[in-house]
Amino acid sequence: MSGPARSAPGAATKQARRRRSSGIGVPIARSRFLMIAVAVFVGLGLAWWAATGLEWVKPIFLPSPASVATQIAKLATDGTLWLDLRASAYRISIGFLIASALSIPIGVLIGSFRSWEAGIEPLVDFIRYMPVVAFVPLSILWAGTGDTQKFLIIFIGTFFQQVLMIMDNVKRVPADFIGLGRTLGLPDRKILTRIVVPSALPGIWDTLRISLGWAWTWLVLAELVAATSGLGYRITVSQRYFQTNTIIGYILLLGLLGLITDQVMKALEKVLFRQDGHSQ
Amino acid sequence: MTVPKLRIAGLDKSFGTGERRTQVLRDINLDLADNEFVSLVGTSGCGKSTLLSIVAGLQDFDAGDLSIDGAPILQPGLDRGVVFQSYTLLPWLTARQNIEFALKAAGYDRAACREIALEHLDLVKLSQSADRYPSELSGGMKQRVAIARALSYRPKMLLMDEPFGALDALTRHHMQELLTQIWEEHRLTVLFVTHDVEEAVYLSDRIVVMGIGPGRIMQTFNVDIERPRREEVMETPAFMDLQRGVHKAIREASRRPEMA
Repeated sequence: MSGPARSAPGAATKQARRRRSSGIGVPIARSRFLMIAVAVFVGLGLAWWAATGLEWVKPIFLPSPASVATQIAKLATDGTLWLDLRASAYRISIGFLIASALSIPIGVLIGSFRSWEAGIEPLVDFIRYMPVVAFVPLSILWAGTGDTQKFLIIFIGTFFQQVLMIMDNVKRVPADFIGLGRTLGLPDRKILTRIVVPSALPGIWDTLRISLGWAWTWLVLAELVAATSGLGYRITVSQRYFQTNTIIGYILLLGLLGLITDQVMKALEKVLFRQDGHSQ
Repeated sequence: MTVPKLRIAGLDKSFGTGERRTQVLRDINLDLADNEFVSLVGTSGCGKSTLLSIVAGLQDFDAGDLSIDGAPILQPGLDRGVVFQSYTLLPWLTARQNIEFALKAAGYDRAACREIALEHLDLVKLSQSADRYPSELSGGMKQRVAIARALSYRPKMLLMDEPFGALDALTRHHMQELLTQIWEEHRLTVLFVTHDVEEAVYLSDRIVVMGIGPGRIMQTFNVDIERPRREEVMETPAFMDLQRGVHKAIREASRRPEMA
């Protein structure tokens, strides 16, 4: 496709310009974007199907897509899948709610007042770098193997990150917004509730969305190690019986659940903060 | 006139501490008469915005006296309406709600809030956009809402910090005309910070030129151009002479940083 007609230089440059469909930041059509994305999924699926169908790998390492599908269908009909889902959904909801309910007020406080920041931020920053995984044995020691231990791990994994991110969200509230509140003679408490919090809310929501994604990881971690139900528990048990199809099915399911919660949070964000679209 | 609307006397202001302490304002003396429109001009770093911010009560000062109608200024308050360069419309509120927000803070009841808000949107010719959110408004419209908001609760004076600085030239012209019209009709004491000399001459009764190192008042110009002023006035020799004079003063003021 090189060397367009030389006779009309104007047309040639125009053509050259039109051909620029790749490069840094060059936009592409939505349909094209979708096509590429779908093609990657289909391609990987086909590769999986071919690798197992042609028996390049043993089913014990990688079962066929059909085997995974039938296994998941079986677990769905006998009810195991739903029990696992319910146990996990309950744990992540409670754990995440506790973490968020504490991190939002604390984050707002340390984002607004320097002395609160001095008291809490360095400590949180320190704890944040302690690996969550290392807390698992301790959490079992403290809270046993019941739901409380799952809440604890989810809490440790999300709370400390949330606090720092929410502090950042709050600090990004334009200084002039606070100046406006001052010139209107509002006391600090009202500036906080009527200006700072509503202004930071879209950012805080985004923080919640991102940390909810991580919470799935901590949930499964806690369930892998010590549990008698839940998605993570089923994965561990399946390993014991070489049910690779269950393991792969559940991993795919976890990915799907994460994707769904993320999309739901994004959709809610659009509804809740419609007018903030492109804030100043 | 015995008591001026705003009195700034012997005001000093420094930033930082120890060796890095730098004086940004030195011995500022400035009185604004009732209903006077005064502009502060000068190169960046002359402390004009800092001075405005101090008058607004948003920043402390080291020495001097500051009073409005004879009462000392101790903190920000509803007696001074402030218009910031960055519009500062709250994005989750409509144009009308943004004005009502201020009125509510000023203690008006709900019905009064609504009525006054609509009245002031009408004043800035935005009645049609009362229920639109800031993200749906242009820069000029946002700043009109901000001006309407600052006027709505009837402050004793208006402080404007480069309010049109972020607007394109054409919109800025429209805004200047609108502001002049409103000011000529309603009269209010205004302290206006700008780096646009033409704007200062067009709007003001008096122009204060500030110099740098440390920021201080260098020269004052009275603008004896008849009101009402319309855009055509910018073409007159008197206007252009004054504009040249102010430009020259700013250049000289920024050329000789004095030894501290």
